[in-house]
Amino acid sequence: MISLTDFLVVSAVLFCVGLYMIVSKQNAIQVLIGIELMLNGAILNMVAFSKYDRINNGGQMFALFAIVLAAATTAVALAIILNVYKQYKTIDPGSINKLGD
Amino acid sequence: MNLAQVLFYLMAFIATASAVFVAATKNLVRSIFMFFITLFALAGLYVLALADFVAITQIVIYVGGILVLILFAFMLSGKETLNTIGELRSKFISINKLPALLLAGLFLVVLLNMIFKLDADNLGWVKKAQVTHNMILPNSSMTENIGINLMTKYLLPFEAISVLLMVALVGAAHLSRKGRSA
Repeated sequence: MISLTDFLVVSAVLFCVGLYMIVSKQNAIQVLIGIELMLNGAILNMVAFSKYDRINNGGQMFALFAIVLAAATTAVALAIILNVYKQYKTIDPGSINKLGD
Repeated sequence: MNLAQVLFYLMAFIATASAVFVAATKNLVRSIFMFFITLFALAGLYVLALADFVAITQIVIYVGGILVLILFAFMLSGKETLNTIGELRSKFISINKLPALLLAGLFLVVLLNMIFKLDADNLGWVKKAQVTHNMILPNSSMTENIGINLMTKYLLPFEAISVLLMVALVGAAHLSRKGRSA
């Protein structure tokens, strides 16, 4: 069978790619995609370990909760991005430097 | 090397390669559509981890919901401005992205080091689960078990997340409403 270490390595790579995107991108949508990648790496860990928990199913259950949470986060974040675009005409997180009145 | 392992390495390669492409490309449209591929490959990985219900949920919610939302936001937030931003910065790519690359690379080294030291297949509770047959086999169907657990053991998180989803829905509707009066 597939060993747990393989799953952990894949999820570590995904997590680091997401981290790179969050730190380096100049576009709020790409930062959001980076966050989703990090979340997916974490979910992959939970699902992989959940194979050894047949009765309680904790890993799969919290993977489902994490997916739903990601959906809620994305909806709110995109509403915020659209508002920011309406106000500043850009969605570069580095150039948003004024508070609203 | 059996079929499951070949499929696993194929899916893992697709997932990581498309994730790297998402991070590396300058074209935002391409990066969003490659993110589709990453999510599908991850759903395949969930299937290979014997979590078919989570895989279906991943496809329905991530691919059907979140990516369509991201595409909407991208279309509504002015493509021209985004492209000019990308071209402006692309000249200084190497010096600008170096700290981020360094951070992510070093973090990857730390994570990999920890994973290989952990040796997850020989953990105590994993061994115990193998001995007591508390592990999911390829022919066991888990969806009934998930349903029963969701309504008994995990009822409180389930209710909490439904309240949170409601709050997020109302908040998003409030944020994106036109002509607000403070």
